[in-house]
Amino acid sequence: MIHSLFLVNPSGDIFLEKHWKSVVSRSVCDYFLEAREKALDPEDVPPVISTPHHYLISIYRDKLFFLSVIQTEVPPLFVIEFLHRVAEMIQDYFGECSETVIKDNVVMVYELLEEMLDNGFPLATESNVLKEMIRPPTILRSVVNTLTGSSNVGDKLPTGQLSTIPWRRAGVKYTNNEAYFDVVEEIDAILDRTGTTVFAEIQGVVEACVKLSGMPDLTLSFMNPRLLDDVSFHPCVRYKRWESERVLSFIPPDGNFTLMTYHVNAQNLVAIPVYVKHSINFFESGSGGRLDLTVGPKQTMGKTVEGVLVTVHMPKTVLSVSLNATQGSYTYDNATKVLVWDIGKLNPQKLPNLRGSLSLQTGAPKPEENPSLNIDLKIQQLAISGLKVNRLDMFGEKYKPFKGVKYITKAGKFQVRM
Amino acid sequence: MLSMSTNNSSYNDQGGADSAVEIGQETTPTSNSGAGFGLFSTDFKKNDDLKEMLENNKESLKLEAMKRIVGLIAKGKNASELFPAVVKNVASKNIELKKLVYVYLVRYAEEQQDLALLSISTFQRALKDPNQLIRASALRVLSSIRVPIIIPIMMLAIKEAASDMSPYVRKTSAHAIQKLYSLDPDQKEHLIEVIEKLLKDKSTLVAGSVVMAFEEVCPERIDLIHKNYRKLCNLLVDVEEWGQVVIISMLTRYARTQFTSPWREDGVFDENSERAFYESDEEKTRDDTEIKPYTMDPDHRLLLRNTKPLLQSRNTAVVMSVAQLYWHLAPRNEVSIVTKSLVRLLRSHREVQYIVLQNIATMSIQRKGMFEPYMKSFYVRSTDATHIKSLKLEILTNLANEANISTILREFQTYVKSQDKQFAAGTIQAIGRCATNISEVTDTCLNGLVLLLSNRDETVVAESVVVIKKLLQAQPSQHSDIIKHMAKLLDNITVSMARASILWLIGEYCERVPKIAPDVLRKMAKSFTSEEDIVKLQTVNLAAKLYLTNSKQTKLLTQYILNLGKYDQNYDIRDRTRFIRQLIVPNEKSGALSKYARRILLAPKPAPVLESAYKDRDRYQLGTLSHTINTKASGYLELSDWPAVAPDQSVRNVEVIEPVKEWAPSLGKTGKSKPAKSSDDKFYSDSGEEEEDEKGSGTSSSNDGSSSSSAGLSLCLCVPPPGPVCVSGPAFVPEKSHNLLHRMTGKGLAAQYQFTRQPCLYQPNMVSVQISLTNTSDHRLEQIHIGERSPAGLKIHCFNTIGESHCFSTLDDTKEDQFSVSIQPAVGDLFLAVTMTEQDFRKEQGKLQGMNECSATITVTAENTSSQPLNRRVAAMANVGVVPSGQDNVHRFAGKTACSGAVLLVTVELRESSAAVITINTEKSVMGSMLLRDLKKSLAQA
Repeated sequence: MIHSLFLVNPSGDIFLEKHWKSVVSRSVCDYFLEAREKALDPEDVPPVISTPHHYLISIYRDKLFFLSVIQTEVPPLFVIEFLHRVAEMIQDYFGECSETVIKDNVVMVYELLEEMLDNGFPLATESNVLKEMIRPPTILRSVVNTLTGSSNVGDKLPTGQLSTIPWRRAGVKYTNNEAYFDVVEEIDAILDRTGTTVFAEIQGVVEACVKLSGMPDLTLSFMNPRLLDDVSFHPCVRYKRWESERVLSFIPPDGNFTLMTYHVNAQNLVAIPVYVKHSINFFESGSGGRLDLTVGPKQTMGKTVEGVLVTVHMPKTVLSVSLNATQGSYTYDNATKVLVWDIGKLNPQKLPNLRGSLSLQTGAPKPEENPSLNIDLKIQQLAISGLKVNRLDMFGEKYKPFKGVKYITKAGKFQVRM
Repeated sequence: MLSMSTNNSSYNDQGGADSAVEIGQETTPTSNSGAGFGLFSTDFKKNDDLKEMLENNKESLKLEAMKRIVGLIAKGKNASELFPAVVKNVASKNIELKKLVYVYLVRYAEEQQDLALLSISTFQRALKDPNQLIRASALRVLSSIRVPIIIPIMMLAIKEAASDMSPYVRKTSAHAIQKLYSLDPDQKEHLIEVIEKLLKDKSTLVAGSVVMAFEEVCPERIDLIHKNYRKLCNLLVDVEEWGQVVIISMLTRYARTQFTSPWREDGVFDENSERAFYESDEEKTRDDTEIKPYTMDPDHRLLLRNTKPLLQSRNTAVVMSVAQLYWHLAPRNEVSIVTKSLVRLLRSHREVQYIVLQNIATMSIQRKGMFEPYMKSFYVRSTDATHIKSLKLEILTNLANEANISTILREFQTYVKSQDKQFAAGTIQAIGRCATNISEVTDTCLNGLVLLLSNRDETVVAESVVVIKKLLQAQPSQHSDIIKHMAKLLDNITVSMARASILWLIGEYCERVPKIAPDVLRKMAKSFTSEEDIVKLQTVNLAAKLYLTNSKQTKLLTQYILNLGKYDQNYDIRDRTRFIRQLIVPNEKSGALSKYARRILLAPKPAPVLESAYKDRDRYQLGTLSHTINTKASGYLELSDWPAVAPDQSVRNVEVIEPVKEWAPSLGKTGKSKPAKSSDDKFYSDSGEEEEDEKGSGTSSSNDGSSSSSAGLSLCLCVPPPGPVCVSGPAFVPEKSHNLLHRMTGKGLAAQYQFTRQPCLYQPNMVSVQISLTNTSDHRLEQIHIGERSPAGLKIHCFNTIGESHCFSTLDDTKEDQFSVSIQPAVGDLFLAVTMTEQDFRKEQGKLQGMNECSATITVTAENTSSQPLNRRVAAMANVGVVPSGQDNVHRFAGKTACSGAVLLVTVELRESSAAVITINTEKSVMGSMLLRDLKKSLAQA
């Protein structure tokens, strides 16, 4: 299936290669690099490229290209999903997924890749299993290893690999048993220039951090599960229970994982937490224009809106901006033509405003169209859909765990057309 | 060289990590093309240095060297010359070193075949290792070494591993099959045998890998699947995600060959009736079954039912493969259940979106109804990548109908203004398609497009012209105004394609704009020489057409243009000019053809059909690479058409082994660790009904109750020595039962055990264990029995197979599970109580002095000082009988070990101030001290 993997940095250098079958020359990447040259933005590189003898499937993530070489028919999503798992695994092991980190830990990354695929077919992709085979680096362990010459490689077959619950390690022990759940909701919305909602929906995810000893069997129930329209689960969740009782019943993996993602029923109206008053004008004569932006809270359920960040993709002809922000600070990147206004906390009494003039390339015609705004925001202690966790019960173990639930609302792809 | 070796000597235990980083940095910035001689020589030196490290005796140095070598491999550098030095370490004891050597071997064995052979014997040895991980990794490496000479060895190893006890090793052997096949396709027949065997495997771990091997080696041997079809369907939810994808796609192909079409006979898809259908999904299903004589094969239904939960998978590839399965296999009215899940995937990564949108584009052409309610999810954001934008546009166009067109057009208006001009142009094409497809909006669209003609951006204008041309061609009668408007634009538009389109349009409809057309020709004659080729060709066309319709005004102009064309640099234009001249200007040589000039040039032309690029994409199975690239990828397996008549259904029947009904408590011999087997069911499907069904009891005997950890106890049989003792009934039977198998681990089967302290029925020297099995799942559990495997030195009298463990549901299922469990008896349960007189007691005690005696002084709690509670405590702890005692403060108890009959004597002597001395005399001193420890604990607590 997956023949080889190449990691390519933004400047087009291949800094790691791994082959699971016979070796494929790295010259095959030239086809990809050519496509990369052609695309204006790395995001625009087509994920699937076909070359005379191979097919190249790539993902772009954390400023790196993960490029896999395929020789025969395979579902492209299979490869794409796997490549993302590789990136997540690196992130999980080393805290970040970047060229430097991979180069520093090249042997361990290589060993991990070796374990993840056999003959191009995924063998172990569960992080709990991998971590038993190759232990993640910690400062303490690297010191111990240097002194004793022991290694990070486990010598036993991970128990998870053989059991029916491969995501969980056996023999987990904690002194403090705790289970935390974060309900994170993101509002995806498109507002048109008058402020009318063109499209809005809520996507949610329940992230869990479970540190419980033994084999706990958890049941998580919601006050209002009817809100949930479409769900996807971590493999640990028993689908039948969900179908019949609308509760999440599962034996959790150890550590951090995504328990479920959901989509909130489309019938429910989505509360839009902020509004934007905007005006942007370009003078008929060319040469300049004015921008005036105000952001204010709308339906926030009495909570404070934090971390507000407005991003404007300016027309290509805008040379520079000279603006004045009543709150926060702004930056304008002339290369990418992106204006970023970092507002921070929204104060309903004193609405933040950004206004000033734009200067255009001399001689360039007045831009035809207005840019669009992207908004980032965060509301703590609130799930905007109103979803509430009812209770968490544990079976199968005797101790009393510490339980906690946190709600956060964020802006997802929140766009305002100007 | 010298400096390197001094460096080397400083590499003792500490320096490893640092230097690796240094060297890593040293080599990273070099690009291979720019590697000059200097770089080459340093590489060379470094390798020498590595060689030395590998030949060193210190393991840490070797490891360090291997790490650096693997670093080189990862960077794509050549390290093949180190092969001899590396291969020596293949038998290393250090696991990490060994693994790194494996990595190296797999990479270079193909290049250094002779040397690679040196390592083979190591792997052959490792294939017999008791550790399954080592067996598996040996097979992995052995099969990855692409050396043809060892093919027979590989074949043998694969065959052996396919019947290994460990499912993990069997999984590895399934992978090895594919490797061997790619190395030597001649082995196919033998490999198919192994595949056939592995397909029967009931482990979820193996299923995905073996189906993968099947797909690669012998996808045409569909007959191998029949017997395993139901099993695969049932196992599916529990297989790991990657295996699910492969199995689902294989089953899709299988189902297409084995079942008849669930689609309605009329076959052709009727858009209108279909749409009505979605609004009342449920009712329709009922109607359907009434109208149609078609009944779905239960196996077909089984597949659809068992794949449905996987739509909720977090793995996008799994969701997509279920979606394609429904698309290709489900009745028309059921396909739409996949919509929601597909739309959910659009939240995922960019690359995932790309693939999913492509598939939705193909689906939405045939089935608008499926995605129409989710139309807004396909709205374009300015931050989307270009290829995502155009796919969304494609889908929106496919979804457009009379009802939603106004919404869509409003949305399109926004897109037309986008800064991304390529996208804006795409939007204009999309508007054109909407206009042709939906006649109600043709005029609106046309007007909108005409407005765009005054746009400042050239690409937008050009695209509009092209699209307007296509639209006008469909209905030219009413639109002479637009043609006039476009004629005016000709002065300003510079994009050649647009100019050519306008010229063609005027030529085609010159009779509708009789005044303007000659004027346009005049202008074009003036600029002819500076035009692009495509414009020149159209100018010649225009001239010819005008010459035929209005020769009075244009004769001279036409001749002028034809003359210019005659001497053009481009031979196409010269050719065309010559042809046109012969065609339209009659002369003696031109012959018959010129009579037909009018009919040739001014023939009514059919309007171009604006259709989706995804129109016929569904000839490829959805979700495949071939579908994405729209050409047949190598190794693509065609999806066959439904057979007209279903092949024999009975081929999928599997002989059901009649379970033996056995309700009597079953029997035990020397019982101990028991791998219980149960046929039970998916992890996903347990629900909490509890029902106690069946009890089995086994007995176990032990000689020296030291419970060895994982294997439980080691037990053996001894002949009971004769003695003045006779076995009595237990003074006390503890109620407490212990968990043997948790219901979670046992997938619904729970087992508890308890020691009955009854003499064993089967052999006097065994210990009875009562095991209670509880079925907490909602499925039938069958054939629960103790597996054959028992640790050495242990005898188990197994109970017979327990027929069925009933519950209310009757889902049939054929999965087999095996659980390893172990019974850990308290030492006290391994005795049998005996009665004896005080006198005998003293006599026995006299024989068991010295090392056979152990004693301890403890403080007993107040209530334990009287004889009753004390007796109870001791009896609870160990199965011993009370020996009548002459002294109030001395309590005596006696027992014997069940297996060897060794006498055990316990004396508890109470002293003043609640102190007590416990003395235990037995020749089994280990058991004695263990019992002493337990008693101390028991008596000291309240």
